[in-house]
Formats: sequence, C-alpha cells, structure tokens
Amino acid sequence: MATTPNAATPGELAAPSRSSLRRWLGADEIAHLVTLIAAAVLVLIAVLLVYQLWILSAEARAKFGWSFFITKVWDPVSGDFGALPFIYGTLVTSAVALCIAVPLGVGAAIFLAELAPPKLSSSLTFVSDLLAAVPSVIYGLLGVFLLVPLMRTTIQPALKKTLGFLPLFQGPAYGIGFLTAGIVLAIMIVPFVLSVSREVLLAVARDQREAALALGATKWESTWKVVVPAARIGIFGSVFLALARALGETMAVTMVIGNNPKVAASLFSPGYSIASVLANEFSEATGNLYLSALIELGLVLFLLTFVLNGLARLLILVTTARGSGVLPT
Amino acid sequence: MSIRLVWRKSLNVFMLSLTGLCALLTVSALFFILGYLVWNGGKDLSWSFFMHLPAPVGEAGGGMANAIVGSLKLLLLAALFGVPIGLLGGVYLAEFGGRTMPFVVRYTADLMNGVPSIVMGIFAYALVVMPMHHFSTLAGGIALAIMVIPTVLRNTESFLRDVPRALREGSFALGANKWRMIATVVLPAASRGILTGVLLALARVAGETAPLLFTAFGNRYWSPGWNQPTSSLPVVIYTYATGPYEDWHRQAWAAGLVLLGLVLITNILVRAFLTRGTAYERT
Repeated sequence: MATTPNAATPGELAAPSRSSLRRWLGADEIAHLVTLIAAAVLVLIAVLLVYQLWILSAEARAKFGWSFFITKVWDPVSGDFGALPFIYGTLVTSAVALCIAVPLGVGAAIFLAELAPPKLSSSLTFVSDLLAAVPSVIYGLLGVFLLVPLMRTTIQPALKKTLGFLPLFQGPAYGIGFLTAGIVLAIMIVPFVLSVSREVLLAVARDQREAALALGATKWESTWKVVVPAARIGIFGSVFLALARALGETMAVTMVIGNNPKVAASLFSPGYSIASVLANEFSEATGNLYLSALIELGLVLFLLTFVLNGLARLLILVTTARGSGVLPT
Repeated sequence: MSIRLVWRKSLNVFMLSLTGLCALLTVSALFFILGYLVWNGGKDLSWSFFMHLPAPVGEAGGGMANAIVGSLKLLLLAALFGVPIGLLGGVYLAEFGGRTMPFVVRYTADLMNGVPSIVMGIFAYALVVMPMHHFSTLAGGIALAIMVIPTVLRNTESFLRDVPRALREGSFALGANKWRMIATVVLPAASRGILTGVLLALARVAGETAPLLFTAFGNRYWSPGWNQPTSSLPVVIYTYATGPYEDWHRQAWAAGLVLLGLVLITNILVRAFLTRGTAYERT
C-alpha cells in the first residue's frame, strides 16, 4: 500500500503549545509510551523466539555439531539424528515448485501488467489474492484425494515412458513423493510470484515501453527485451519471496510427500521435509535430545526463511524505488 | 512481408497468448478448488455436522461442533492478544517514532510475517506448553496471536499514513493535542482500512494448522475453559484426511468446504468493503 503524496510524515507535525490545555498535560507522553511499549512487545517476541530456538536446541548442537547437517540417519530409538534427508527434501520440493511456479507466475504477471485491460487485470489479481488466502490444509486435502491418485495412475507412468532415461523420473510410481509435493507447492506459491511480479512490472516507466514500440518493436519484444529486463531484480525478489514460502510450507507437503526420511535421486521417491517432520514428530518426541534435534531443525528453517525474506525485500525495494523511470544507461 | 517480420509477428502472437494461458491457468485454479470442494463436501454438510460431537473412532456419523467452537475460541484469543498490540504498535510507527526504533520495529514485523507457521508453533510450545506441561486452548491462541500482530501492525501503519495532512493540521488548529488528534481524527478516518487489515489477518490464521498441532493439539470432546487441549477445524481436516476411515474422509471434505467458505467469504466481503473507498478520499 503506497503512501499518498500528501500524507503527513510522522514527527513533522509538532504538537502545538499545550499551555491552553493544561488538563491534558502529559497525555501525549503517555500515549507515546503506551504505543512504544506495544511496538517493543513485537521486537521482544522476535528476540525471545530466536533465543528459545537457540537455547532449546543446545543439546543437539553440542552433541552433533556440524555433522548434524550431513548425517543421513534419523533414528529416535538409538538417539542418532541427522538432518540431511529433511534438508534435501525441503530443497528438492521447493526447487520443483519454483520450476513450475516461476514461468507460470511471471507469464501471468506479464499478461496482467502489459496486456489485460485495467478492469480485467484488477479482477484477475483479486482472484489470485483469494487463491493466496486458501488455507494450506485445503491444498493438502486436494493433494491427497485428487493429485496423488492422478500421479500414480497417469502422470508418473507417462513421465516414466517419455523421460524415464533421466534418473529423476525412475522407480515405482507411488503417487506420493517429491514431485507431487513440489506440484502442490507450486500451485500454492504462484499467487505470490504473480502479485509481486505484476507490481514491479507496473512500476517500469511507460516511456520505456513507448520508446521500444516507436522503434518498431512488437508488443512482445518491448515486453521481453525492455520491460522484463528493467524489472528483473524485482522479479528475482518475488522468486525469493515465493521460495521462502515454499520452504516453510507444512501441511500440504506433509500430506503428500510420503514422510520417509530418504535421500533419493528420483522425484518419484517418497521423502520428508523439515516442516513435515516437525509436524509429525514434535508432539510425540520423547526425550530431551529428540526434542532438541527437532528444535534445531526449526532453527535451520527459521534461518533459511529469514535470509531469503531479507534478500527478497531488498531486491523488490531496489526495483520499485528505481521504477519511476531512471534506468542505468 | 519479409520472413523475419512474419516470424516476429507470429512470435508476438504466440508468446502473448501463452501469457494469457498462464493467467487463465492460475485463476482457474481457485474456481477448480472451490468447485471440487463443493462437489465432494457439499453432500455431507448436514445439521448433525454442525451440531454433534465426533462419533467414536471407527463409527460412522457424528459432527464437528467441538471443532467449530474450538476454532472460534482460538480466533477470539488471537484477536484479544494480537489486535491491541498490533494496533498500538501501528499507531506508534505512523504517529510517533524516532530514528532507529521504527526501523527496527518495521524490520521485525516483516521478518515475523515471513516466519514459517510451524516455527511459530514451536515457539508457542516453548513459551506456554512447556511451562504448563500440557496442551491448551491458551497455547494455540497465543501461537495465532503472535502471527496476527505483525500483519495488523503494518496494515494499521500504512492506513494511518494515508490519512491526509490537512486533517491533522485542522485538528491541531482547533487546539487538540497530539493524542486527541490521533484518537478522534486520524484513527476514525483510517478505521475502515484498519478493520480490513484485522479481519484479513484473522481470516488468514483461521486456516492455520501447523501452529496448532502441538499447542492446541486436538480433542474429540468439548474443551471447557481455556486450559485444556481443543479441537479446531484445520487440525480436524488434517487428521481426518490422513486417517484410515472412509467416513472420516467424507467429513474432512465437508469441513474443508466450511473452512474454505468462511475464509473466502470473509476475504471477498472485506476486500469489497475496502475498495468502496474511505471517507477521506471523497474530500
């Protein structure tokens, strides 16, 4: 939500002399203090969140050190915990999701920003916003009962027949697995790619398009060779934002990934993700080491999304700030 | 026409229709999801679904009355804890604030917005469940409240900033001091937008499952008070959909339809309400 040009900037309006209203003396200071405390509570919560994750994962960090990240074994009974299968599963499903969602989302954003009449564009954006509001457990529900059977009977056999020479598409077709989870994730993150990309495309100055068209470029050439390159940093930002969503997504993935801590080259293989193992095992974790290993996984997830979100915001900020036309020449 | 021009023109048409196809595919996903849920869940919506407790495991029938009430109680807690903090924090950012603090708060809010919901669940577990030694409605409500705060805060801030300078100056000119100006002029002028932000934030957490799994947990019976584990719609959908019984699956569809219906209706109403324009825009 952009600020309108005539909006007041805070602090610029100094309060008038209070001598005429003696009975309110100090009220401003109290209001200031109360709102400051509310804002500070949020910061406190964030600090506490990091602190808790760090302290509660201490036992696992001390016991396994860095080898936590390269160990494949996850055996609660004998107390061996390695995060590799979960990190692998999280990264693979997110990569599959990006491969599908980025072309789809950016393509749709180009249509909405460049081609569609404003009315159509805004109503389609509205629908896409609604899509982003659909709870993830609903995607999981459709995934379990619609997509998994479809994958098992139709899509996976077809992929095997045509692209089966690649190690990615080998092995038995269970229906569940990395590929299915990736597809569900893709549908979930498309709205994020779309809405942010559309915004950065719209921020590219009109002159740029007109100049390209005046030089005889077709509509597509002006879009692809002028507008998209001008907005590319912001588009990357939208991709990072979507990636951060995909990494942390829990329910839909848990319901279709197969929940089997495995590192396999085939996308048909069942796997596990960080968020899914937390969802499945956290409430049943017995023993401090088990719990602490799970919380360390939570910490990893937190740090990953933290870095990606920060990066995304920076990139989007750079493009929209530059958007009013001044391109580096 | 040269061959090159023909090629360029057909590429133009082809690629442009491809982007149209992308847009069509994306938006049709929503209608497909909605249609599929209505088709699958609509026939199992009945009076007893809303009014009865779940049947004993393995038996057919029963309803989700406890999950619906549980979800409402969790939302109430989320609103109770989350909205005041978010609202006041937003006022701080837009109206007070200095140099460093607003930057830190804004950055934290954006960061917290991006934290995966399951991590919020761990946090609420460490904060409430571990000291209390049991799952509770309170823990679930707090998990959701923490997710509500940053959204409400940023939304409130941006709507307060949109209130024109003239309104503030007018209020000062009449002799009001700053907090009177905020309470009687700026907040009412932005109230519609702020309300929108609050409702959208609540609609979003209403569908959250992950933070509830090990805070509110689940319950097959009524959960009296705030101190016991409670059932909630999203968690029930998850449990039933991954459970072994055919009857559970049918009920999961019905519950999914109810949840999606509530979330979508809230979103549509609220967004329509917002785009009707705010009071100060007509001046």
